[in-house]
Amino acid sequence: MTDATNDPTHSGGGRKSLYVQDPRTKRRAAAEKRFRAYGIGAIATGMLFLVVLITSIVWNGIPAFTQTFITVQVALPEEKLDKSGARDLAVMKKVSTFGYAPLVDTALVAALDENGVENPYPKAKRLRALISASAAAQVRDTVLANPDLIGTTQEFRLLASSRVDGYLKGRVSRDSIARDKNIDAEHLDIIDALRTAGLVKRIFNWDFIFGADASESRPESAGIGVSMVGSLFMMLVVLGLSLPIGVAAAIYLEEFASRNRFADIVEVNISNLAAVPSIVFGILGLSIYIQLMHLPSSAPLVGGLVLTLMTLPRIIIPARAALTAVPPSIREAALGVGASKMQTVMHHVLPLAMPGILTGVIIGMAQALGETAPLLLIGMVGFIATNYPENFIEGFMSPNSAMPAQIYEWSKRADPAYYERAWGGIILLLVFLMAMNILAVLLRRRFERRW
Amino acid sequence: MSPIWLFITILLLAVVGFVLGRQRAIASVDDHRNLHSRPNYYGVNVAMLAFGPAVLVLGAWLVIQPIIVNQMVSKLIPARSYEDAGALNLIMSDVQRVAEGLGTAVAEGTLTQAGSRTLDTETSDVRALLGTVGVALGSEVKPEVLKAAQRYRAAAATGAWIMTGAVLLLAVAGFTVAYAQTNGRLRARNRVETGMLWLLIAAATVAILTTIGIVLSLLFNTIEFFRAYPGREFFTSLEWAPSFSGRGGGSKLGIIPLLWGTFYISIVALLVAVPIGLFAAVYLSEYASKRVRAVAKPLLEVLAGIPTIVYGLFALLTVGPLLLTIFGDSGFGWMSGGRAVMTAGITMGVMLIPFVSSLSDDIINAVPQAMRDGSYALGATQSETMRQVILPAALPGIVGAILLAASRAIGETMIVVLGAGAAARLSLNPFDAMTTVTAKIVSQLTGDSDFASPEALVAFALGMSLFLVTLALNVGALYIVRKYREQYE
Repeated sequence: MTDATNDPTHSGGGRKSLYVQDPRTKRRAAAEKRFRAYGIGAIATGMLFLVVLITSIVWNGIPAFTQTFITVQVALPEEKLDKSGARDLAVMKKVSTFGYAPLVDTALVAALDENGVENPYPKAKRLRALISASAAAQVRDTVLANPDLIGTTQEFRLLASSRVDGYLKGRVSRDSIARDKNIDAEHLDIIDALRTAGLVKRIFNWDFIFGADASESRPESAGIGVSMVGSLFMMLVVLGLSLPIGVAAAIYLEEFASRNRFADIVEVNISNLAAVPSIVFGILGLSIYIQLMHLPSSAPLVGGLVLTLMTLPRIIIPARAALTAVPPSIREAALGVGASKMQTVMHHVLPLAMPGILTGVIIGMAQALGETAPLLLIGMVGFIATNYPENFIEGFMSPNSAMPAQIYEWSKRADPAYYERAWGGIILLLVFLMAMNILAVLLRRRFERRW
Repeated sequence: MSPIWLFITILLLAVVGFVLGRQRAIASVDDHRNLHSRPNYYGVNVAMLAFGPAVLVLGAWLVIQPIIVNQMVSKLIPARSYEDAGALNLIMSDVQRVAEGLGTAVAEGTLTQAGSRTLDTETSDVRALLGTVGVALGSEVKPEVLKAAQRYRAAAATGAWIMTGAVLLLAVAGFTVAYAQTNGRLRARNRVETGMLWLLIAAATVAILTTIGIVLSLLFNTIEFFRAYPGREFFTSLEWAPSFSGRGGGSKLGIIPLLWGTFYISIVALLVAVPIGLFAAVYLSEYASKRVRAVAKPLLEVLAGIPTIVYGLFALLTVGPLLLTIFGDSGFGWMSGGRAVMTAGITMGVMLIPFVSSLSDDIINAVPQAMRDGSYALGATQSETMRQVILPAALPGIVGAILLAASRAIGETMIVVLGAGAAARLSLNPFDAMTTVTAKIVSQLTGDSDFASPEALVAFALGMSLFLVTLALNVGALYIVRKYREQYE
């Protein structure tokens, strides 16, 4: 201030009015604006990434939930399917899918003729490119389930091949199939004609949600259902083990360990384990559970055990926070009326902390559900998810995959039709994660008490 | 008795113990207000002593018996019939399959118990026999394998008998002792609470055991690896070229190209995540209104909740093709395929943004308001306060956050497996495909390899390196963060 009165020209720089900013102030104001703009830019970039990510998931994944089917009338002649006429299932089973495939071919030719579609192929076999390789098996399964159908003509909704499906979804075009051995442009003409006739339709694809994985050449019939069951059984193991162990460890550290050496060691271990890369837990599972203890590899039980070890520190940390949040007055009141330390904790502190603990458990399990890397090491890879487990025990012990591992498997396969399945699987996975997180938030909102 | 039934039996015994113990305690006094503890504690005391020790022995036995039986049986395999530990492992898994097959054959009635013991390879076709019960074997059963399998079955059966006996004895003994002791003056509650405390301690020990398990499993297999492969080569060789054909010879397993790929990708990821995350944190903590903060912060954190497999697919199918159209042959011509350091790095950066931003947010918020007020009082603008007062004060914490993010980036697997490529390469071009330590752990351990060849064992050495690097980063970061927090508390 004294400077200013002594030498008015020095700091003012020839300033005439307080309302006019001098260059230095302008510079500072500009710097301020720039800095703020960087902040907004950073947040906008983050949001942009989120939007791009979500859009590409939804855009690419939604088509997986519909599938193309071709409706045809298949004649089921007795002389081909059951020569004896005795309808003996054991005999009928001897007719393999090779016996059924010609029936499907004939049905396709008939469908073309009936609707006045020009058929460029003298050999009926060439039309097989239109339908999935599993179509014959589909007819066979229906007949074996209901032998009375033999001798009649039945309407079947046959799964179209993945190329046809891709054509309807815009993934496959006439240009892209120019060098494709599996399908010709004429096939697509037939499909166009059948579509106008109303025989080719895209309908909701329940088989994707509940079906099993298929071989590499049949993306049209691959589903994520079996690996979903694998994930479910793994989560049961994780819940069953990590909830009691995590809560018990948190109680010990928070309520009983009186800053002793043991508690310190445990604490350091927990904070380090929380940051150990997940793949290291996979190595641990491989060498301890499989190599040393000879548990069956690829079993959801082992996957669950590995994920439990990984999730435990992530559960213990929020559980401790929830226990700390219970005010000491509760403990003192309980001790005051004569409860023992253990009774105080079990009857008063733990029930009050439970909503917070459960929130942590659910979030920890959501993380475990999306984890892939450790599962690959213990053999829970995608392609083994082909059968539903036979019973509850088998669900834990028989080889299975998990949702993220199945998605990884699909993303490795060569056929682009599998990419669509992978994105679709991601939508399902994210729906589960979202449901779990919403549950956690609701739990917190509903039961959380502010002391 | 199978372990499950054994478990159910002792569980039942415990339930019975609970009921009887409770009744006995009540019966021992005229008025149950004279009991030392509430009646249930007496019941739990009996149940605990019947169940606890027995189930401990059962668990330990189930873990240890297979190891011992394996050791015993592997001595029966003559040393001339295998070359190294890997071949022995293969033979041992054959032995187990044959033993299992004999078990199923007996269970299904194709063989009698005695028949399974006297079976020999000269008089009967064991392979065909096991084939009929659904156990397919790759080759003819060698006499020594069959013999070992029979011995295996015998040892396992004996072990199971002893186990059943020991566990039941222990359960009954615990039951009897606790029941006999039960009377009105027994301090049952204190006993039960001591038991519970031990249970809590055991749960806390799991964390320590996990760490020990990680270190031991990495250490033993790493030592095994360095026996089969020279350590100097591993640390100094500039080439990564595992041979897939047979084992031994021809494989070049140098860690340097993998480390280079790992660090290059992590640096790209941090270059994306740190500026964005840091500026986002600054804006959210100092500038944003409450409403903006309430929306933007959770939305950013959604990015952290998305599983890494999703990011992997995003890298492979969205980021990679996008970069390829810009920098590929149709654009700048620097990139030859969708999988590259940039692809994985950018995607990983996106994943790490919320990680950096929420940690830095906490740290910036922890700087005392007095420091801001002082700076404003001197006439500094908000951005000057931020740059010259708050960020320097928060710097140690932010460095800690960046170190934690770096440790995340180094340990990340799925993004690099899908986005970075499979070829190990020492190149400076960020648009080249490279590979990382984690990606190679996955590829070396998911093949059909037999865990004894150097090609498979190298994964454990890689895992050990990864573990040590991330551990150092974490410990360093936690140390810095903790030290900094103490300053203001």
